[in-house]
Amino acid sequence: MQGKRTVFPNKVLPYLLLLPQLAVTIVFFLWPAAQAFWSSFQREDAFGFKTTFVWFANYTKLFADPVYLNSFRTTVIFSLAVSLLSLGIALLLAVAATRMLRSSRIYSTLIVWPYAVAPAIAGILWWFLFNPSIGIIAYVLRRFGIDWNHLVDPNDAMILVVIAATWKQISYNFLFFMAGLQSIPHSLEEAAAIDGAGPTKRFWTIIFPLLSPTTFYLMVINVVYAMFDTFGVIHATTEGGPARATEILVYKVYFDGFVGLNLGSSAAQSVILMAIVIGLTVVQFRWVERRVQY
Amino acid sequence: MLKKALVMSAGLVAMLAASPAVQAATQIQWWHAMGGENGAKLEEIAKGFNQSQSDYEIVPVFKGTYDEAMNGAIAAFRANEQPAIIQIYEVGTGTMMAAKGAVYPVYQLMKDQGEPWDQSKFLPAVVGYYSDTDGNVLSLPFNSSTPILYYNKDVFEKAGLDPETPPKTWADMEKFSQQIVDSGAATCGFTTAWISWIHTENLNALHNMAYSTEANGFGGLGAEFVFNNPLTVRHWGNLKKWQDSGLFKFGGPAGGDNAPPLFYSQECAMFMNSSAGRAAVINNAKDFKVGFGPLPYYDDVIQEPLNSIIGGATLWTLQGRPAEEYAGVAKFFTYLQKPEVQADWHQFSGYLPITEAAYELGKSQGYYEANPGSDIAIKQLTRIEPTENSKGIRFGNYVQVRGLIDDEFAALLGGQKTAQEALDDLVKRGNEQLRDFQSANE
Repeated sequence: MQGKRTVFPNKVLPYLLLLPQLAVTIVFFLWPAAQAFWSSFQREDAFGFKTTFVWFANYTKLFADPVYLNSFRTTVIFSLAVSLLSLGIALLLAVAATRMLRSSRIYSTLIVWPYAVAPAIAGILWWFLFNPSIGIIAYVLRRFGIDWNHLVDPNDAMILVVIAATWKQISYNFLFFMAGLQSIPHSLEEAAAIDGAGPTKRFWTIIFPLLSPTTFYLMVINVVYAMFDTFGVIHATTEGGPARATEILVYKVYFDGFVGLNLGSSAAQSVILMAIVIGLTVVQFRWVERRVQY
Repeated sequence: MLKKALVMSAGLVAMLAASPAVQAATQIQWWHAMGGENGAKLEEIAKGFNQSQSDYEIVPVFKGTYDEAMNGAIAAFRANEQPAIIQIYEVGTGTMMAAKGAVYPVYQLMKDQGEPWDQSKFLPAVVGYYSDTDGNVLSLPFNSSTPILYYNKDVFEKAGLDPETPPKTWADMEKFSQQIVDSGAATCGFTTAWISWIHTENLNALHNMAYSTEANGFGGLGAEFVFNNPLTVRHWGNLKKWQDSGLFKFGGPAGGDNAPPLFYSQECAMFMNSSAGRAAVINNAKDFKVGFGPLPYYDDVIQEPLNSIIGGATLWTLQGRPAEEYAGVAKFFTYLQKPEVQADWHQFSGYLPITEAAYELGKSQGYYEANPGSDIAIKQLTRIEPTENSKGIRFGNYVQVRGLIDDEFAALLGGQKTAQEALDDLVKRGNEQLRDFQSANE
């Protein structure tokens, strides 16, 4: 197709140029991953004096453990709730903000702010607001007869971490939706309006389908965020409690490995997580990127 | 500009010249988990030692919470970069003791270095917790505490109770709480820190009940938990009942972060926590008078309750450091046992005096008369010769088991389980942890 093609004669240089990035990938990703994979077949005491090769014992034990299976369930509920809520609210805000002619910019800036807040700080913020002893929201809820106590009630705790994690993610989604909305040609909407379609109809038949690449991309990103990047939020608020009701898989890896010093089980759990990430990536590239119309 | 630089470098030279001892001294790393005021006091102790001699310099390094300090030290050990001294909390004792190649037992260290070492100087309840099956102390007791009861004297008076009489039994506790809530003197009777330490481990010790087989784990790694006995079931059931009726307010898992504010804000009239919380309680109780008492008990289970068991931390020496550092560690440990140093630390922090001599010194200084309630913890701990059931507990993977206790207690309060179900599940899950540890370490 191309008339001219630049040919680089040097066969070594490209690899040399890639070397720094490859080195980083190997040292910080592949090597630890291989170590985790290897430890997941071992049982070891905390100090590393006695190491026994136990084949799949760590894995079979995990899948026979109701606590681990429950952590799976918790993770699914948590990530779906966070993804759907943050996508829904962000879309609503983005649509509302694009309608504004002059103030759109100010709204956007304000909505993007929470994204700059570190997850642990976001967690602490909501933890304070909902704290059963000193929190202002808990105080107001009590006025309405709701005895809010995320230290005891698993549902309250789940709602708290979902709110904290969602609040932080709305900004990110909002930015992408704003960009997506701006790239949809106005002429399409105007033509539909002339044909007599109302605002709701126009949104669902024109804007929403045209936004679908953005939405699908964000869906994957959000699920990954909820599953892997919310550690700080959970650590700062519920620490996985009460009764492990908010212990998502990533938190369990940390707790069993770094607090409980059960390295074999923790390694097996991170290998399972690695498989999940690989699965999600395949879904994104193979399925989503092909099917979604651009 | 040049002048300024000259003055500065002159100052630098003067500073270096003034501290030749520091340069020559062997540095010894001491990792610890004491934040806030107690952390500052700890650094003061290290400084005191450094100034008392010129051969060694103790360098205290704050490593975060007890969990973080312990895990940091273990990771450092695996990377061969361990500190000489590490402060480990009582829950980690089982793990440390099983790591025979990693620790340098303190009795051995003192003997090797020719420093004086006499275990009988320590309080028996403290030393028993940290000795091996042959009675040798493996780590130096540093900060030990035991749970006590704090109560609000002003609220007691408003409720028509005698402010000088804390509740003695759990029946009193219920009666007093009811009277406090009914009279409107406070909205809740009591709150507590540490469901695991106070309402499970100490509960069984006070009532002379076995916590597990194998002498509460002191006998070996094969121990099985047996604390799902009628006493614990009854007590947990009571806590759930009182939580529902408003007499008790749960302060959260582990150390119960929300419990102290409930007491300080006078929402709850009584509060159970470590004796080391004394300084904080006095600092925060600005608007009311605080009373102190021993932990309540069930008088139909035991006539005279036994001693309570301790919490807190000890100093472990790790293997693999240069020989000259161990000489310094031994000297430092001797310094730490001095009655003046001990008494100062104890009186400042609310931790127990570790040695009899420090306790005697406090008495002769008139400290306990000037600070009523400050000796409740010591009295509770030493009121009787410890039995097998009140000597303490020792288990591997106990950090996880502590987590399980909080989980199951939350399931009880949340109404998902009855007290019997929660404790049966807890014992079952706890035993799995013990078997895991046993198979990894045998």
